[in-house]
Amino acid sequence: MIEAILNILVGLLLLAGALFSLAASIGLLRLPDIYSRMHSASKAGTVGSGLTLIAMAIHSGDLGDATRALAGVVFFLLTAPISAHLLAKAAHDMGYPLWSKSLGDEKRAKDTDGESDQLY
Amino acid sequence: MNLQLMNILLALAWAAVTGSFTLANLIFGFVLGALVMYFIREQVGSLGYFRRLWRIGTLMLVFLRELLFSAWRVAALVLTPRLDVQPGIFAYPLRVRSDMQITLLANMITLTPGTLSVDISEDHSTLWVHALDCSDPEATRQDIARMFERRIMEAFE
Repeated sequence: MIEAILNILVGLLLLAGALFSLAASIGLLRLPDIYSRMHSASKAGTVGSGLTLIAMAIHSGDLGDATRALAGVVFFLLTAPISAHLLAKAAHDMGYPLWSKSLGDEKRAKDTDGESDQLY
Repeated sequence: MNLQLMNILLALAWAAVTGSFTLANLIFGFVLGALVMYFIREQVGSLGYFRRLWRIGTLMLVFLRELLFSAWRVAALVLTPRLDVQPGIFAYPLRVRSDMQITLLANMITLTPGTLSVDISEDHSTLWVHALDCSDPEATRQDIARMFERRIMEAFE
């Protein structure tokens, strides 16, 4: 009985993880510029891989494997935002423009002493 | 003595006495140690330590909830046929000061709904945040301050 419930739970987690990963990749394709794409990769991607790893931790039934899988989740949570941040920062430093329909860029406004692109 | 260190030493002592240094036993020892320290909270002044543990715990829970919510929002957004985004970069004035707190806040901002930390100013007073929906930056600023910055300050002051 408990095994059946666990199996269903594992299946649901895997399915949810896969769907989030799919949404993350669709987001990478559809969103307009690199900054918006990083949103999709960092959030939906992290949750997708995290859910898959948690499913693995439950399914393994072995404490050593489970802790390793959960450590993987923690490392995802620590590294995904840093890589997204660094990509966005590098792109911005190189002057990669925001999407043309963006509302504004307060950082560039400050860097150029408010000559252009002032928001609000 | 440093209370965190004491808790870790108690966990190690527990593992040594029971003769098993597995992760589960160490965690169990840590919980037992925390319980013992809670019993003598008046004598060693460890009440503040528990308040901090509790605050770090709630911070983690709030963060996980926001992360799930955030992934859901992004997934729903990219799957709608009409892609309705109004992105932009806004400045967020930082109140937290230490590097560790700023890093934590920047990471949390990146993993929560519609926001992504892009850069920090030279003097560490401003964080630039990219938002998928930048139509109301003031509300987003207040959300960040209320949800995370205040809690981070409480947990790590």
